[in-house]
Amino acid sequence: MKSISWRFLQVWQRNFIVYRRTWLVSFLPPLLEPLFYLLAFGVGMSVLIGSLHYEGTPVSYAKFIAPALIAINIMSNAFYENTYASFVRMYYQKTFDAMMATPLTVGEIIAGEIVWGATKAVFATAIMMTVISFFGLIRYPDGLLLIPLAFLGGLAFGAMGMLFTAVVPHIELFNLPIFLFITPMFLFGGTFFPLENLPIWARQFALVLPLTHLVNLCRAFSYGAYGGSLFVMSFFYLAGLTLILFPLAIHKMHRRLIK
Amino acid sequence: MESTQSAIEARELTKTFGALTAVSSISFDVRRGECFGILGPNGAGKTSTIRMVYGLSPRSGGTLRVFGRDIADHPRSIKAEIGVCPQENNLDPDITVIQNLEVYARYFYIPGTIARQRALALLAFMSLEHRRDAKVTDLSGGMMRRLIIARALINEPELLILDEPTTGLDPQSRHQVWERLNELRNDGMTMLLTTHYMDEAARLCDRLIIMDQGKILVEGKPADLIREYVGRHVIEVSEPGEELRNHVRTARLSYEDLGHLLIIYGHDHDQLYHEISSRYCRGGCILRMATLEDVFLKLTGRGLRE
Repeated sequence: MKSISWRFLQVWQRNFIVYRRTWLVSFLPPLLEPLFYLLAFGVGMSVLIGSLHYEGTPVSYAKFIAPALIAINIMSNAFYENTYASFVRMYYQKTFDAMMATPLTVGEIIAGEIVWGATKAVFATAIMMTVISFFGLIRYPDGLLLIPLAFLGGLAFGAMGMLFTAVVPHIELFNLPIFLFITPMFLFGGTFFPLENLPIWARQFALVLPLTHLVNLCRAFSYGAYGGSLFVMSFFYLAGLTLILFPLAIHKMHRRLIK
Repeated sequence: MESTQSAIEARELTKTFGALTAVSSISFDVRRGECFGILGPNGAGKTSTIRMVYGLSPRSGGTLRVFGRDIADHPRSIKAEIGVCPQENNLDPDITVIQNLEVYARYFYIPGTIARQRALALLAFMSLEHRRDAKVTDLSGGMMRRLIIARALINEPELLILDEPTTGLDPQSRHQVWERLNELRNDGMTMLLTTHYMDEAARLCDRLIIMDQGKILVEGKPADLIREYVGRHVIEVSEPGEELRNHVRTARLSYEDLGHLLIIYGHDHDQLYHEISSRYCRGGCILRMATLEDVFLKLTGRGLRE
């Protein structure tokens, strides 16, 4: 880790330059996705569901899923950036090889990539929050904490993606973690229904999933309600996960790139 | 300036990948201001050697000093003084031609205004200024190569490393690249070059080594190597007869018999050529200058390397 200096920002900057060239494409999904989901689930499904109880308080279904949409958005932005996009840069475009011939170290290249993935999650979150705010589903100023939360969640899921990138032999294999890991989290991470509805073993399983904790924190900041004991645990879970996965991803990437 | 005369000093340098020994205890020096070539068939260990020099690949044994410092201890400061033109095209396809130079300059911590000045000067030097805002993927192979060389120069390196700089280029592009590299050499740039084009090596290199199977076979100036290992001239006789074969054997000439072609090496062959062409020539008979390619094939053999 001692080989990482602030030079990683040069790698971040490279990705930011590319992002600015294609900003419209990057802006559309976080703009439209919450609209689609809120329309389909918030309006369509809420007729069936009405309102439900979250930690003892009644909430409308739209209000229940809105923070989950933000959490899912953070996860997928960072995870996809540091899997498919990073893999393309590393494997097909040889961008990392070119960087490694400069004073940049592998640690700085990978740190720059993961921090970039987290930044992309922040951008997408800000756009999404704007849309969701029009529906009055975020309480301010507490809701502004979703921005730094997006960065933390982005680091956790980005480092996780980068770890897969360091070990997969070819790009098709990303289907595996997505099918076995991302999709189950999307469905069972306390996203579209309260975990209280599940049997106890399923609830405990959900607590192992990182997205569950990100969803918890997103709800806490969106509602301005920090009562649950889960709040502290979720924060330490995500921070701890980042502290483990970030250096691990760099270590594995080192092994892959330096031969 | 460093006190040492050598830009690169390798002693018993070794690289192994598991059970495979790619580079086996080689020693060489590259002096400041010279163009030093590493030649060899595929798999000889050329690329493994230069990847160690520019710090991309840790050595397995021996010592390696670049500008008098150990690359393992000072990778960052040494890389800051090296420009690398890799074998594979690794230009950044997501950004424009000039951005490729400017963004690369950032990796060296070169301030933006200086980076822009240098980028524009390098685009002009490489005759690419008309494509400065083009996408990299729209460039021809020759243009991409020139852009890679321009990128390798963005940090004003002391040492330029070129891994097969003209592989896959058409003759016009190759000559253009050679011209630029010659200009750089004349300006005192130290260059380390790998190639399997012998004409390229003969044209650009002050000194070279020929490697095979991880070892150095010979080292020297191109002209000296030709004189020492082949001679001045080469006679090629197609469809040689038994009489000629007997003659070269009894006269103890240096030759190579390829079946349909007999190649005779020697120092002063004017007379010999007349003798052979008048007495033994049935098919074609050619007298030509000896080249580096003769040295290369004589030393590394004619078997295919795959």
